[in-house]
Amino acid sequence: MTRPEVWFTIVGMALVTFALRGSFLLAADRTTLRPLVQRALRYVPPAVLAAIVAPALAQPSGAAIGPFDLRLIAGLVAGLVAWRTRGILATFGTGMLTLWGLTWLLG
Amino acid sequence: MLLGAAPFGLITGVSAVAAGMAAVDVTFMSLTVFAGASQLAAIALIGSGAAVWVVLLTVLMINVRHVMYAAALAPHVRSLGLGSRAAIGAVLVDHVYAFASLRFAKRERDLDRRDYVLGLGLTMWLVWTGATAVGAFAGAQLPPSWQLDFAVPLMFLALLIPSIRDRPGLVAALTGGGLALALAGLPYNLGLVSAALAGIAAGTIADTLLAARRGEDA
Repeated sequence: MTRPEVWFTIVGMALVTFALRGSFLLAADRTTLRPLVQRALRYVPPAVLAAIVAPALAQPSGAAIGPFDLRLIAGLVAGLVAWRTRGILATFGTGMLTLWGLTWLLG
Repeated sequence: MLLGAAPFGLITGVSAVAAGMAAVDVTFMSLTVFAGASQLAAIALIGSGAAVWVVLLTVLMINVRHVMYAAALAPHVRSLGLGSRAAIGAVLVDHVYAFASLRFAKRERDLDRRDYVLGLGLTMWLVWTGATAVGAFAGAQLPPSWQLDFAVPLMFLALLIPSIRDRPGLVAALTGGGLALALAGLPYNLGLVSAALAGIAAGTIADTLLAARRGEDA
């Protein structure tokens, strides 16, 4: 992308996001979501986030121990921490430290 | 709350620069978009040379949850003017919604709802944009050997795991993640879009089936 394209994309992102957030607030007259839509919206975060995470972690980075990519190992360790602690910073810190540690060991 | 926004903003700034974006551009993004997870996804897509409409579609999917927040808060702010409601919409991020919905549920008579939401929201917005700027300008000085581009999948992992709250949620995540892996080769990141939609459908169907079974047992 060229830089003007990046700016254009950012403005588009801002408009899309504001349209979603403002939706029911701007049209505040007794509008409600249908139960099926409400139910579906609950599963947007796990579905979308998993669809982003899985290919990103599976992508080979070039550094590996046997068949296991370093980033995949670091991601699995971080995932375990996320599951136990539910903390964003703990997950993030563990993942980066594991990757750095493994990279240093293979040095 | 602010404790979460500051490091998340820092990481967003750092990873944008690692993905090749200009520091000014990602700061502009935080200022105008103000939605962390969707910004991280957009940063990764922009860095990998995706088309504009793919970025916008992905942002739409990640942020569609805000419609739920707006619908939930709308009855509480119906008496406010259009400008106030628009301003509330602009700052209605996850944490602001979480705090506001808890507070509004108490039905306090003397609570100024507009000032409460805008106070929270504007503080978050300033912290978020400031932290992004600091991360972006400092991140530009960091060497590539730090592998900070790994920050993006890690942040998503940190958001993904707590978002799986029940069995239908797990079904949604496994379907979305599995299909995204299988379809990773499709052009225009169509794999991501279709896997996410299939995951949402699978979670909704699982939820409906579980609810029906509970109904029979009762």
